[in-house]
Amino acid sequence: MSLLIKNAIIVSFKNISKEKQDILIEKGLIKKIGTSIKEKAAKTIDAKGKIVMPGFIDLHSHLREPGREDKETIETGSLAAAKGGFTTIMCMANTNPVIDNCMIVESIIKEAKRVGLVNVIPVGAITRGLNSEELTDMVELKSAGCLALSDDGRSVLNSNLMRLALQYSSMAEILLIEHCEDDFLSSGGMMNEGYNSTLLGIKPDPGVSETVILARDIELVNYTKTKIHFAHISLKRSTELIKNAKKSGINVTAEACPHHFTLTDDAVKSFDTSTKVKPPLRSKEDVDAIKQALSDGTIDCISTDHAPHSKEDKEADFDNAPFGMIGFETALGLAIKELVDAKVIALPKLVELMSKNPAGIIGLKNKGDIKEGMDADIVIVDDKKDWEFKKEDIASKSKNSPFIGMMLKGEVQTTICAGKITYQK
Amino acid sequence: MSEWIKHDLLDLQNLSKEEIELILETAKSFKEVSSRDVKKVPALRGKTVVMLFFENSTRTRMSFELAAKRLSADTINIAISSSSLSKGETILDTARNIEAMNVDAIIVRHPTAGVPKILSENLGPSIINAGDGCRSHPTQALLDMFTIKEKLGKIEGLEVGIVGDIAHSRVARSNICGLNKLGAKVTVCGPATLIPSDIEKLGVKVSHDVDEIIKNSDVIMLLRIQKERQEDKFLPSIREYAKVFGINKNRLKNAKKDLLIMHPGPTNRGVELSAEVADGEYSVILDQVTNGVAVRMAILYLLLGTKEIKTEEVS
Amino acid sequence: MSKIIDKENIRRAITRISHEILEKNKGSEDLCLIGIRTRGAVLAERINECIKQIEGAALPLGILDITLYRDDLTLVSTQPIVHETLINFDIADKKIVLVDDVLFTGRTIRAALDALIDFGRPSSIQLAVLVDRGHRELPIRADYVGKNIPTSIDENVNVVLEETDKEQDQVIVETGGAK
Repeated sequence: MSLLIKNAIIVSFKNISKEKQDILIEKGLIKKIGTSIKEKAAKTIDAKGKIVMPGFIDLHSHLREPGREDKETIETGSLAAAKGGFTTIMCMANTNPVIDNCMIVESIIKEAKRVGLVNVIPVGAITRGLNSEELTDMVELKSAGCLALSDDGRSVLNSNLMRLALQYSSMAEILLIEHCEDDFLSSGGMMNEGYNSTLLGIKPDPGVSETVILARDIELVNYTKTKIHFAHISLKRSTELIKNAKKSGINVTAEACPHHFTLTDDAVKSFDTSTKVKPPLRSKEDVDAIKQALSDGTIDCISTDHAPHSKEDKEADFDNAPFGMIGFETALGLAIKELVDAKVIALPKLVELMSKNPAGIIGLKNKGDIKEGMDADIVIVDDKKDWEFKKEDIASKSKNSPFIGMMLKGEVQTTICAGKITYQK
Repeated sequence: MSEWIKHDLLDLQNLSKEEIELILETAKSFKEVSSRDVKKVPALRGKTVVMLFFENSTRTRMSFELAAKRLSADTINIAISSSSLSKGETILDTARNIEAMNVDAIIVRHPTAGVPKILSENLGPSIINAGDGCRSHPTQALLDMFTIKEKLGKIEGLEVGIVGDIAHSRVARSNICGLNKLGAKVTVCGPATLIPSDIEKLGVKVSHDVDEIIKNSDVIMLLRIQKERQEDKFLPSIREYAKVFGINKNRLKNAKKDLLIMHPGPTNRGVELSAEVADGEYSVILDQVTNGVAVRMAILYLLLGTKEIKTEEVS
Repeated sequence: MSKIIDKENIRRAITRISHEILEKNKGSEDLCLIGIRTRGAVLAERINECIKQIEGAALPLGILDITLYRDDLTLVSTQPIVHETLINFDIADKKIVLVDDVLFTGRTIRAALDALIDFGRPSSIQLAVLVDRGHRELPIRADYVGKNIPTSIDENVNVVLEETDKEQDQVIVETGGAK
């Protein structure tokens, strides 16, 4: 089926097109881009007044299937991702059973294909069953379809094991993603250590639990001449360490989540369990530093860390509630509101952070840009639209978001994945 | 004196200085009731008060129960271990079930901070916080302030030292808040590992020198040292704590003449304070217990009289 | 608005009530005074002063706060402020004279009777009021009355006493909204 997008203002990582463009899509690829395409297509979309961006790529989400289908399934997760403008998402390995063998990888890919709304790329575990003891069969995981490995939810605490993981994964040409947290230091902490944790009497997680692992990994990567990607960076100090590492030519990349550049730990005062995340919401100083790092290239991309949890989990008391909030459907609205509207970055930079760079980090050569011959993963956005994020509109199976009731800016109108419309407002 | 309009007692941050003073003033009258032969007044006849305790507590529960009974309210005790709750039913489920039986107040103690606040946002009955995690224990702080005012005639301008495990103490947090509002100057004192970060921003000074606290204070509040703090490595040993921070008679040589020594109980004699000090001239530990009933009567009386629709609590 | 009793007449009424109390009880033996907060307490003190002049010795005097015994606590929107009750003597087997400023519906006196019973079992309780304005809702009457003032239900009777109101003693009847 062919598709023609008319009157598109195309935003790429380089620029915003000066004239209105038409985009012809055939067989899942961008066939032609031009000012006035005459060819007929099976379906035409008029993008007048909207902007057209490459589909978003999320390196970090949790789809909960297999194991916790009450929280999310590949199907509901795909729906939510498409609604948020995502065309490719990576789902983390901490399912039950853990994504640590090719059988599970293949079953997830198969189910995602059946659903057919978004490219789902499973992230394999670094250690078998997330046991922090034995490495997974990394070559096999790669051949099954994984483009990255992570024990997300925890760090590989054993430094020697991490060194070996870096070396082996480097040989297997698969990316390692580290969740930076020294469990001994975080020691069961539920929120950022500081004035608010002292005021609220909630068990604190000091920021240094993130930075000691980050610093260790930078040293290991430097020593082993490998590379690493850091998940959900939340601290000013972390951005300084990454900046220095990059300056020294160490091969590190990093992501930050929308909640870490929009909310401070003041949000925890509500005791809304949706504000309980890992890493925890930090101080104003950290939020500002994350924004700065996104704009100056220290942090390479925006990921959601979409982490659905059921109503029962959310209604638990703060100590017993699980960590995490959903993120697909608010990522763009928060990014435009807090980054673009706030003049931290311009729209092309947003494309870099949400499409171009994540594609580059996991080596998706045919994604992340709108050019003839590339995959037809496209999102049409009304970037001027103010809208309220309402609970009843949430596509995800779970509703754990602290942004419910908040006004966001920039709304996804249409999502096209591999030439197929996967979401239409 | 100001009118009382609050529907819940969640913490002292939500109370104005005037509201705290109203509670303390009202408690005076209830202390008189407790001294009568017939220790009962009909003010809350027909009201039902539920004590929902997710954490063990003999004293606080008994104090609340006596307070409610002396006001002629009916009381019910529900003790739930939070572990049994985690099997499917959430706290809100439990509380909604209680609410459905038309109760007027729920007195709640829970090991997690914020639970009373969440209940108050979701339920109709008055919620009284009887201790939530390490966060808040407003009735304890109020009875402490009542005792200070009764013994020393004022709170404003007093030097108050709080000694012990500040990090894990809801009593410390609530007292810091209340005492600051009433104009006292608070210094917290304890091992560096048990002083939470940025506590100065709550408006207190920090010290690690008990002798200095003894010399300068009009009131010293001692906090119970839990044995688990040693297991959690916050302390090298209880013995070392007792030696460095424990208060004994000898140390009190430099104390002010009318120093008050307070303790929320139960005391660890030989750890936070020696037996001599606990039973000695400065100790008002038993007065605190007596006053606890009066203060809780005052709170029940005031809260259960309000009919206003709940207003959003600002924290 | 009209001034019904002036300072001098209040003084006379109190003197008369004091005499009547002593006369009816055949002296001051076992007699005690309990004033109901706030103005009843002031009046009780004045009566006691008078009795002291007549008998040469004052009676035991107590102050009763009846707030916690009110029957309208469930109807008010905020709780009335509670004050201390000060009765520092044993009331068992005593002849109690309860003192209040105005007798109206009788509900205050009902509450006061309940409160007193909680303190012990007096041999008798009598009631002295400065003004009886009628409109009783309970079967209660006063033993000693300063002045009967017939009123309509929507009038207010205000007793002003120097000790509590910092103004010259007087009793005023105001028309208008019920209190």
